Amino acid sequence: MKSAKTTATDVLPAEGGLGNDALLEVDDLHVEFVTRAGLVKAVNGVSYSLRPGESLAVLGESGSGKSVTAQAIMGILDMPPARIPQGSIKFRGTDLLKLSEDARAQIRGQRIAMIFQDALSALNPVFSVGWQISEMFRVHRGMSKRDAMKKAVELMERVRIPAARQRVNDYPHQFSGGMRQRIMIAMSIALDPEVLIADEPTTALDVTVQAQIMELLAELQRESNMGLILITHDLGVVADVADKIAVMYAGRIVENAPVRDIYKNPGHPYTKGLLESIPRVDQKGQELYAIKGLPPNLLDMPSGCAFHPRCPYRQDNCVTDVPPLNEINLDRNSACHYWREVLDGSHG
Amino acid sequence: MGRYVIRRLIQAIPVLLGATLLIFAVVFALPGDPIAALAGEKRGNPVVVALLREQYHLNDPLIVQYGYYISGVFQGNLGRTYANVEVSQIIAAKFQVTVNLAITALVLEAIFGVGLGLWAALRRGKATDSMILASTLILVSVPTLVTGFVLQLLLGVQLRRWTGGVEIFPIAGVSDGWISYVVPGFVLAGTSIAYLTRLTRTSLVENLRADYVRTAVAKGMPRRRVVGRHALRNALIPLITFLGADLGTLMGGAVITESIFNIPGIGQELFRSVHERQQPVVVGIVTILVLVYILANLVVDLLYAVLDPRIRYE
Repeated sequence: MKSAKTTATDVLPAEGGLGNDALLEVDDLHVEFVTRAGLVKAVNGVSYSLRPGESLAVLGESGSGKSVTAQAIMGILDMPPARIPQGSIKFRGTDLLKLSEDARAQIRGQRIAMIFQDALSALNPVFSVGWQISEMFRVHRGMSKRDAMKKAVELMERVRIPAARQRVNDYPHQFSGGMRQRIMIAMSIALDPEVLIADEPTTALDVTVQAQIMELLAELQRESNMGLILITHDLGVVADVADKIAVMYAGRIVENAPVRDIYKNPGHPYTKGLLESIPRVDQKGQELYAIKGLPPNLLDMPSGCAFHPRCPYRQDNCVTDVPPLNEINLDRNSACHYWREVLDGSHG
Repeated sequence: MGRYVIRRLIQAIPVLLGATLLIFAVVFALPGDPIAALAGEKRGNPVVVALLREQYHLNDPLIVQYGYYISGVFQGNLGRTYANVEVSQIIAAKFQVTVNLAITALVLEAIFGVGLGLWAALRRGKATDSMILASTLILVSVPTLVTGFVLQLLLGVQLRRWTGGVEIFPIAGVSDGWISYVVPGFVLAGTSIAYLTRLTRTSLVENLRADYVRTAVAKGMPRRRVVGRHALRNALIPLITFLGADLGTLMGGAVITESIFNIPGIGQELFRSVHERQQPVVVGIVTILVLVYILANLVVDLLYAVLDPRIRYE
């Protein structure tokens, strides 16, 4: 344990060493799974970056590779069956994929933390919430049980769990869904991580609670200046919190842009479809828009642009040529051959 | 909690009544006259025979005899044998031996079953895993009679040749203290070890896939802690249940093992009593076994609440 710690500090980048530069840089990441049915290419060349204090929303439907990318950053993919044939994940300039397992374990939870979707199953049912939060301090900081418990109460107060002192010895099943997710959050921010990855943190919650949790995340982020990666399939959730959005489809980023631009004027037919499928009050009574067709089968990906079978802008070259990530402007890209037409709003 | 225990004990009464009535009926359905058996080859004096039949209520219908018996049981009296010895005295002398045997078996079961199961689970899909699974299959399929005699031959006869006559594991009787229970205990626990190994493996493999294990990894916990604390603590719950319930099975299953290894416990006594038609002893021993079973299950259910905070007894 001791020796692992020293090697880790030798290899790991210093905190805040690179000023305002990228905190996390994912570059051309590929992740595939070896299954009995064949090779599943879950992530095919994803790149994104995150600066301190910045919020990135990664948007996409199930199977788009957004969670797998996050798990690759955390280093919690089961390898095998997963493998990473290509790409790099740089955290403060150091490629995490080149680090030893010991060194990565030193980053996990302490400098890059993660929140999961369903807090009931993500929390251990047989340990009290206080035990689970304080474990961070006991294992990573070598604190005594009593001091670690005090810290756990402080954290529970910080995420605004009522009567934290009385409830610290309760078990996860004794809390409501929203409170459980707060405990999950308390646990993840325990050691002041520089990056927080929230994988669909509100999907299992009802709408009013969703808003509270998002607000809490935004507030914690402002206080600590950490980078936040918010993974979601819900466009409504991200508008208030995210600075920029990366839209994923079939393991690729199809569009990335500052959050305002994307809502105002999407640059990819898929983003456009997602935005149009949000139910709106002023269109009450009209048929709800749905992107036609089904998400692609990762075992048998469409040729050319993976979205072409579902795309209203499709031309002949979409079936044969994979579109590059075209630069729309300095901080905006779209992986569509016809992004200009999409921006103009004219259906081709 | 206290009310729960009392309720469970009250619920045990009909179980005890039903089980003893059943065994009473079965034992009395056995052919042969116990009083005639007392006289051996000769025919007994008809006056004495009639007197004895009267004394043991043998002329009354079965249900009346059972009434006499069970009212005795509730007064702590298990009755007398036809040779006029207190049944409770006979059982008391043998009970400790069987308890020793069953506990030895249980400890061996826990060590080997959980140990092998964990090993297999951590090496899932590898050669070790397959070998452990295959050996549990063999252990389940070979009857106790065979494992018992094979081990006696190997450890008692063959091993002694190698060690120059020194006996490492005694293979008969209980005169050497705890060590004499090791081989019989292992034979008695054989099938249970196999089942527990498989249960442990399944339980841990399942828990290692659980979301909260992924959380523990994401928290940066060392692998040893992820497996040993987070996964194992959850995986243990069904294992404790299995072990607790198995204590009763082991005590009841001691009949064959005690006969093979000549261990003077209640199993051997039960075997002899059935043979000699000592109905009061047979029923007495079974009553005790039923009680052990009921108590073991109650303890398991209470342990369950200790191990799994989601379970509460009101």
